Amino acid sequence: MSGEEFVPLSLTPLLIGIFAAVACALPGNFLLLRKQALIGDAISHVVLPGIVVAFLLTGAISAAPMMLGAAGAAVVAVVLIEAIRRLGRIEPGAAMGVVFTTMFAGGVLLLEQTDTSSVHLDVEHALYGNLESLIWLDAVGWSSLLDVQALAHLPVELPRMALTLLAVTLFIAMFWRVLKISTFDEGFARTLGIRTNLLGLALVITAAVAAVAAFDAVGSIIVIAMFICPPAAARMMSNQLEGQVAWSVGFAVLSAVFGYVLAGYGPLWLGAQDAVSAAGMIATVSGVILAAAARFGPCRTRSGAPVGV
Amino acid sequence: MLIDALLLQLGYNATLVAIGATLLGISAGVTGTFLFLRKRALVSDAISHATLPGVCIAFLIMASFGGDGRNLIGLLFGSAASASAGLWCLNWLTRNTRLAEDAAIGSVLSVFFGFGIVLLTVIQTLGVGRQAGLEGFLLGSTAGMLWADAMVIAVGGAVTLLLILLIRRPMTLVAFDPEYAAARGLPVSKIDMAMMGLVMAVTVVGLKIVGLILIVALLIIPAVTARFWTERSDYVVLLAGLAGGLSAYIGAAMSASAPNLPTGPIIVLVSFALFLFSLLFAPNRGVLAAVLRHFRFQRRVHLRQGLLALAQGQPIYEKLTLRLLRNGGLVRADGVATDKGKARAAKALRDERRWAVVRSDQAHEAAAALYDGLRQIESVLTQDQITEIDRQIGGPKEVLA
Repeated sequence: MSGEEFVPLSLTPLLIGIFAAVACALPGNFLLLRKQALIGDAISHVVLPGIVVAFLLTGAISAAPMMLGAAGAAVVAVVLIEAIRRLGRIEPGAAMGVVFTTMFAGGVLLLEQTDTSSVHLDVEHALYGNLESLIWLDAVGWSSLLDVQALAHLPVELPRMALTLLAVTLFIAMFWRVLKISTFDEGFARTLGIRTNLLGLALVITAAVAAVAAFDAVGSIIVIAMFICPPAAARMMSNQLEGQVAWSVGFAVLSAVFGYVLAGYGPLWLGAQDAVSAAGMIATVSGVILAAAARFGPCRTRSGAPVGV
Repeated sequence: MLIDALLLQLGYNATLVAIGATLLGISAGVTGTFLFLRKRALVSDAISHATLPGVCIAFLIMASFGGDGRNLIGLLFGSAASASAGLWCLNWLTRNTRLAEDAAIGSVLSVFFGFGIVLLTVIQTLGVGRQAGLEGFLLGSTAGMLWADAMVIAVGGAVTLLLILLIRRPMTLVAFDPEYAAARGLPVSKIDMAMMGLVMAVTVVGLKIVGLILIVALLIIPAVTARFWTERSDYVVLLAGLAGGLSAYIGAAMSASAPNLPTGPIIVLVSFALFLFSLLFAPNRGVLAAVLRHFRFQRRVHLRQGLLALAQGQPIYEKLTLRLLRNGGLVRADGVATDKGKARAAKALRDERRWAVVRSDQAHEAAAALYDGLRQIESVLTQDQITEIDRQIGGPKEVLA
């Protein structure tokens, strides 16, 4: 495909997809190992009421308040889950189920109650995003990458997502050692003087930031899939945390690229007219990768379990 | 308006929805209880999201054979098929790989849902047209509910309840102690499958009313709510059915009574309100009860320590202790013990001495284990035993200044 077509139409959504996938997969590794994998699921549900409340307060679709609202909702959800778990002595899974379904229901209700016909805000958009629409109209070809004027009209999601990825990577790199220790042996980490509960909260907040930024660009379904599938597939490939993180980044990139390409061009190859949802396709591809890893990955069984079932 | 809705006076559709929702709420509450007690509440999340591809495939198949793609029974069969596929993947992942159940839940949920969305866009672009109604399965849509739909829900709910009635005992046993159940020779994995099958049935039946994202709430919240009120599993099941049915009924009525109140979310919010009430006010397990229990305990400790201090002639500075003693008429306003206070204090000190004897004597080992500094000695030992201990201690002696 020529640059005239690829750069304006596909380059930016592809990059945004890759950045979002990697930004979610990185904290996902630690959440998976800490048996908190479903935090991503919970966060992506509660983001909806946060965004709706932000919209109600400001009356406009603008990025900053919406991000704040979503992040606030994520923190409220985490606090509520913890409060219900402790006050009611309820197992964490059920507490999570109570909180995220209720907040999601609240979000849907608020959305139905307010007049959002003038703006682009609905449940479907929240669920599967609109990756395909993030095009860069000012580009005319590869040369536009050096053209300052065209670069100024990049979709805002691209730099935002890149920044988020940078922040997430920095967090993981800075706290790599303590995160690793506290993930595998929390008791030992505490004896070393690591504030494990603060660190756990920081990890969840990082995940929430990644989720909210990605949600804005690509919808919640990619967020859930990327939090869990690439790290889970990577878990079957390596016994080392370093290896697992590297594999998961690879898988995330692979899912984003293949998912986007298959969604955009797959139907055309099959003779159909229109593209299908890129977000859904990225999630599907990550599932296929996970299935392959679960069937053939070198480290797929529990240690000590018989190999080859 | 709300009264009319609660009394089913708002017309045919509203009445159908209210009855259907109530039946659904009861069976979801009852089924969800076993899931909750088995500590697998979030499996329902995976199951419900996994129904989406099946709905779409069923629609595509029915539409391509020229039928009406929106035939509810066909769609429900499709959703049941893909939900079982999802369940199978979930079980396979947890059993044959190193992934924990939560990771398996998350991956099944996201992948199946993602694939379902791909199929939804396929349906949109194929132009098989009139796909309106499929989106309704995401969040439920009760507006166009037909008599036949309500019948499907009623029959489905009734069959689920009947099945639960038949296998409730093995399910309870497996939920509480799977190892013991296996040792008794029960087929634990088959019972688990049956439990999940029931959850799947409720999910599929509930798609039309509350939608696949919120059906999870109906499975989890009533069970958690009921757990606050009782410690017996059969009562939890009944109460969960009651809570589920009640919130579905009230929710359906409320949503019929005003515009822009979607049924599914309202039902979820009503059941959350019931949950919140239970969390705060349930006897024994509720927050209020715990707070009251804490204060009662605190008062007992303070009173006891105050009495011991009085008996030994030590000054009391602690405000709460002073107030408790004064309110009980045990000390005067200036902190000097009244006659009643002196008597109670002497008794407390003597009890403490008695306990010391009990705890040092091997013969009273069982009673000594109950010592916690607050327990009345009369509630542990008989009058004869206490007299015997008093004989060992001897009569009252003058306290040295």
